Amino acid sequence: MARRAAPEVNAGSMADIAFLLLIFFLVTTTIEVDSGIVSKLPPEVDEKTPPPPVKKKNIFQVLVNKDNQLLVEEELMELKDLTEAAVAFIDNGGGEGKSGCAYCEGERSPDSSDNPKKAIVSLVNDRQATYNYYISVTNELVRAYTILRNRAATQRYGETYESMYARYKDTQESDKETPEYLELEKRLDVIRELYPRNLSEAEPQVAG
Amino acid sequence: MSKFNKKKSGDLPPVSTASLPDIVFMLLFFFMVATVMRDDEMLVENQLPAANQVEKLEDKNKLVNIYIGKPGVNYQKTFGTSDVVQLGDKISRVEDVYNYVNTKRSAMPENLQDQMMVSLKVDRNAKVGVLTDVKQELRKAQALKITYTSNQGDPMNNIKRR
Repeated sequence: MARRAAPEVNAGSMADIAFLLLIFFLVTTTIEVDSGIVSKLPPEVDEKTPPPPVKKKNIFQVLVNKDNQLLVEEELMELKDLTEAAVAFIDNGGGEGKSGCAYCEGERSPDSSDNPKKAIVSLVNDRQATYNYYISVTNELVRAYTILRNRAATQRYGETYESMYARYKDTQESDKETPEYLELEKRLDVIRELYPRNLSEAEPQVAG
Repeated sequence: MSKFNKKKSGDLPPVSTASLPDIVFMLLFFFMVATVMRDDEMLVENQLPAANQVEKLEDKNKLVNIYIGKPGVNYQKTFGTSDVVQLGDKISRVEDVYNYVNTKRSAMPENLQDQMMVSLKVDRNAKVGVLTDVKQELRKAQALKITYTSNQGDPMNNIKRR
């Protein structure tokens, strides 16, 4: 008997099956957000220790009220102007002698911060402010630090802080012993040392 | 004459659907790769805000998620409409954050415990009040590395879109 060729499998329903799976995955997919503004909380302090003395001129006060309005250094401000004001404050470098700041390019006004290491940005929120606004304010303040760090890094190493940091983060586990990696790490530390992110969120006040 | 009659059928030839499975498969593979199965069922509204100073987060096994927002529509009868905290897959009190974080931390491998990061997923319309309370709890629990999880985007859009 002659061998009959095997009948061809009907592939017409393939599309249906694929559609079924596709719809399943479409419905179950939630593309997870994996980015965020990284921050560090201060360790808990016990109430007896007095806070370290900080000169008033070294504090940049940002208040957010319940109507999402911004009060910066006792003046109303629009959010879009915040970064500029923060940069001017951090980079002021008004200190003299030891507390001076050789790399600052600010106005060196004696009424603003001495140097970036001493400059503290203090953010106080009303409980009724929305998170939307809060995150935008935080973002703008962080951006002020990023701008300054980028500038310092470009002057020193000819590369922005952001791109150096991205390179640092992208390094494979196996390359973490190479001299380039360690050098990069050192450079990042230098820049962070120049403009440390002193972003303080005040202790919540009990009485309004 | 029949020679001319033939031409009158000006119908378009049917579109070939032979490549349809290929297209569908392509989409299928995309979604299969992009899918992350949610660990926690969302009980609260959770629309994240946008920011542009974001960093990529740590590996998933170092993250502890805390969700804050209004209870979802189905849960508003039980939990009201003010902001609540969701830990794991249930809505909890703020005081439970301390225990939750400590439990999560001790469940981690020992070498990762001090790299633990708390990912705060806060709804963009939530009030800051609850977040402040949660942060105080986190300080108590010595979980100091936190991140405000947000989408990449222009933060100014947060304010306009209300």
